[in-house]
Amino acid sequence: MRRTMMYLPGNNPNMLQRGYLFRPDGLIFDLEDSVPMNQKDAARILVREIVSHQNFGHCELTVRINGMDTEFWRDDLEAVAAAAAVNLRVDGIRLPKAESPAMLSLLDEALSETEAKYGFEQGRFRVFCLLESAAAVWRAYDIATSPRVTGLTPGGEDLAADLRTSRSPDEVELDWIRRMILVAGRAAGVDVLDAAYPLVHDLEGLRKQTAYIRQLGFDGKSVLHPGQISVIHEVYTPSESEIHKSLRVIQAEEEAVRRGQGAVAVDGRMVDAAVIKRARYLLNLAAGDEARP
Amino acid sequence: MSANDSPCSVSPASCSTSSPGRKIPLHIDGYGATVPYRGVATRKPEGYGRGRRLRQSGRGKLLAGIEDALSASGLRSGMTISFHHHLRNGDHVVNAVLDACARMGIEGLTLFPTALFEVHEPLVEHIRRGVVRRIMGSINGALGRMISAGEMEVPVVLRSHGGRSRAIISGEAPIDVAFIAAPTADRYGNLSGCFGRSACGSLGYAHTDALFADCVVALTDNLRPHLVAPASIPQIYTDFVVELPDIGDPKGIVSGSTAVTRDPLRLLIARYAARVIETSPCFRNGLSFQTGAGGIPLAVTSFMKEAMLRRGIQGDFGLGGITGYFVELLKEGLLRRLLDVQSFDAAAIESLSGSPAHVEISADWYANPWNAGAAVNMLDVVVLGATEIDRNFNVNVNTEADGSLLHGIGGHQDTAAGAGLTIIAQPLLRGRIPCLVESVHCVTTPGEVVDVLVTEYGVTINPRCPDLLEQVKGVRDLPLVSMDELIDKASELSGTMDPLEQQDRVVAVVEWRDGSVLDVVRQLGR
Repeated sequence: MRRTMMYLPGNNPNMLQRGYLFRPDGLIFDLEDSVPMNQKDAARILVREIVSHQNFGHCELTVRINGMDTEFWRDDLEAVAAAAAVNLRVDGIRLPKAESPAMLSLLDEALSETEAKYGFEQGRFRVFCLLESAAAVWRAYDIATSPRVTGLTPGGEDLAADLRTSRSPDEVELDWIRRMILVAGRAAGVDVLDAAYPLVHDLEGLRKQTAYIRQLGFDGKSVLHPGQISVIHEVYTPSESEIHKSLRVIQAEEEAVRRGQGAVAVDGRMVDAAVIKRARYLLNLAAGDEARP
Repeated sequence: MSANDSPCSVSPASCSTSSPGRKIPLHIDGYGATVPYRGVATRKPEGYGRGRRLRQSGRGKLLAGIEDALSASGLRSGMTISFHHHLRNGDHVVNAVLDACARMGIEGLTLFPTALFEVHEPLVEHIRRGVVRRIMGSINGALGRMISAGEMEVPVVLRSHGGRSRAIISGEAPIDVAFIAAPTADRYGNLSGCFGRSACGSLGYAHTDALFADCVVALTDNLRPHLVAPASIPQIYTDFVVELPDIGDPKGIVSGSTAVTRDPLRLLIARYAARVIETSPCFRNGLSFQTGAGGIPLAVTSFMKEAMLRRGIQGDFGLGGITGYFVELLKEGLLRRLLDVQSFDAAAIESLSGSPAHVEISADWYANPWNAGAAVNMLDVVVLGATEIDRNFNVNVNTEADGSLLHGIGGHQDTAAGAGLTIIAQPLLRGRIPCLVESVHCVTTPGEVVDVLVTEYGVTINPRCPDLLEQVKGVRDLPLVSMDELIDKASELSGTMDPLEQQDRVVAVVEWRDGSVLDVVRQLGR
């Protein structure tokens, strides 16, 4: 599950050490925007050491490296690999300003070299792409089908600026962007994760936006503040009636298999593979927190 | 060397061991014979307490200044003077009175405040010059460091609010002259804390002093020409009244408003604490609780309000230091009464002055273990903090990580002993310093009256509460963590602290609320 992927500033040891206590589905150790230029090296070392030596419970662990248009990204990859040599759960790279399949090929090449150097299995590192320009959004499907890509996320402020607009309260300017990226991601078979909601104390606005992107089909959202996590989890938690219906779909399917029947109906509607897939997805979400250690 | 391993100040044969395993000298110079702590309620009261001094008064109580009042009170060198701390860090009265004593050549005084603050740093000089010989009450800041370094001739005595009122009423700690900072007073000594530029709300800690001191001097910066009524302390207890230009700095007396923490980790702790309360059998109609004014406790109050509304629970009373958050609960019908021994903010003062459901109580009523029933005995839940807590759930709030005397006991012991559910809510680390240790430097509150520790890592239940453990097991979003895991985690994050260097000499005595000696604090350094 990737309902909540929380950014942790790479220069904040307190949050780096304890962010997982808020129980997001994933952590993003950020070396990019939250770290001032004069602290890049210090943050990289800090993240490497903390990620190497600490247990983060159930969280999926990724590192947002600096963009490939900067001088930092190769050093960032090296630090991630060094941490991954100790902490086997580190396997995600979040790439900002992912622009093109060519860029992803270059990253793939660099990661392959790093994996070879550390003796990791080839392809161990997976990539989450942040699409932060109109051109990147336009090439979303090609990026999503590039090697190692496992998730797409639309940009926020940078993307709005590239569209020659600004972020409005209802984010109407991102409406079609979200839909395009969602279709591209689904077509490529990767996860699609929404951008963070920037107004960290506006929990009602967050709830409304989360309900909207969940209905669109997004798998989750990036998180900027721990207070956002419970709201997003609540929205992604299926209702009692959804759980009840999903259980009946699965039971009907199992019964049909047992009896050798080809098709089965629930509440007068035929249950096909798509309905079963949806039911399993909802039950997996419902398990959510319950299944955690 | 931890305090647990520390030697007695005299030979081992002259020591006893209090029940948390602390070595207590049988006799401490400047304190006298000790009664080692043997358990929460093992020391029983007998007989009668101290009566009030009989006196006859005429009409003329108003005096021109502090020095006139000192003369009229009969204060002499070696006597005991008391103060209350409702003016907190804005108080000007303690310093003004001690300055006057120094000018008049009065020396060797025992200072008996309900608490002292940073603003009282000038006491350092009065101690060095011999004006003050002994302190019975909390100390902190420069005063704490000075005394921890051994600069005071006799040990400080630390008592809880309930223990202090017990000591006064039982006759163990008589007061010669009580000085009462009164934000409003009339010429005949009716005193109120609710009005005036130095308004502080409740004068609850001063009640016992007013009743039992041999002489009571009120100091006010709001002398009214008419009768002040209703009064917190009525004229029958007040011997003299002195008008001063100001008794305090309003900015240091109350907060305009107290605020819930915005620190996500502290909010997480508060949410876990509120979930424990909601899960416990205490969470029912008629609930009573005390949470205090710190960032975490205020957030607990806020989360409890949410839970009470969601579950349709109406509580009975809120106790102790009252804030605007408690006042909200009262106004919204979620609590029926507030019992206020100290008002922390402007909303609490306004409510106390206007609402009959908001009741001012004395420290005796609040917490004295030797009366017919203190309010803490009726508490369902209390949420408290800690400077350190150890494997056996013993809590230290008296000394800092460097061993210096930090602050007083307040109501910590009293509420922990009285409440049905005692929760310590505290981050695992303060900066880089662990709050979880193998053995606390000083025992303020013994682990036998602590039920739950809540940190950002989850909830740790005292093994003496198996029923509670069963109740919180499996509760969604309420992780359980063992004491072993927590101590390992603290050690992993912070490393091992170097042992403190300390001498044999005792610089402070920590009394349990019944007057037995729970622990001692020793002089720092080689």
